[in-house]
Amino acid sequence: MRIGVITFPGTLDDVDAARAVRYAGAEPVSLWHADHDLAGVDAVVVPGGFSYGDYLRAGAIASLAPIMTEVKDAARRGMPVLGICNGFQILCEAGLLPGALARNSGLHFVCRDQRLRIESTATAWTGAATAGQEILVPLKSGEGRFVADADTVARLEGEGRVVFRYLGGNPNGALADIAGISSADGRVVGLMPHPEHAIDPLTGPSDDGLVLFTSVLGAAVG
Amino acid sequence: MARVVVDVMPKPEILDVQGQAVTRALGRIGVAGVTEVRQGKHFELDVDDAIDDATLHRIAGELLANPVIEDWVVTRK
Repeated sequence: MRIGVITFPGTLDDVDAARAVRYAGAEPVSLWHADHDLAGVDAVVVPGGFSYGDYLRAGAIASLAPIMTEVKDAARRGMPVLGICNGFQILCEAGLLPGALARNSGLHFVCRDQRLRIESTATAWTGAATAGQEILVPLKSGEGRFVADADTVARLEGEGRVVFRYLGGNPNGALADIAGISSADGRVVGLMPHPEHAIDPLTGPSDDGLVLFTSVLGAAVG
Repeated sequence: MARVVVDVMPKPEILDVQGQAVTRALGRIGVAGVTEVRQGKHFELDVDDAIDDATLHRIAGELLANPVIEDWVVTRK
């Protein structure tokens, strides 16, 4: 399986995302923001960082990059897409996921190892996890407070689309402790914490994050 | 050419933590009596006369503001 990892100006975590893809047993493919080309990949990771320096709003400019036209088309056809941190912000700005990420309620940039609960295994990126599984992965963001109107949050909860929830204290004021959500079809997932930094106990707090990348191996389209 | 101003503000129901921080800091410069500050963005655009109001609202709603969390006002000067 070939999994694309997009690099925008200001992306930081593309190398770790590609490494996580490799650890999971897939082939990472570097994708460039200015290309209208997904290089025939089977899934896409939109990694973290500070694309375009967070100018205007985090993820706003990147969501209009040429490659995002292709990502949106592919997502509508069911291609698995994972947005991590800035990638989550980009997917929200692109309209692939509902809601928005606002500045942390405590104003501070939060950098810590964060416990999460995997609330749904009915997505392309969590199918290999067990429902209710707790994982420990790094969180590092200043604008990670998930917000949406009450109807949207109720719909996400009712449809089982809250995929990850913060445990052990809400780090940023996110509504309903929401750390990550999915699209209605479960193919597009976004989360603020960084599973790609937790794939090997040598370099991360755990290898709990690997399950996202192994999950997608069984979720490619046709 | 015309000058157009777009003011973008967080929606009333969105907690504006930056505005809150500014409110608290006002006490440090010895100002009392400001009960709330909300912080937004102010854009000044120079546009051709051919740009109609519908296009201006598209500019505001699709790029300058995020309709999920922000409201905007377009003003022709």
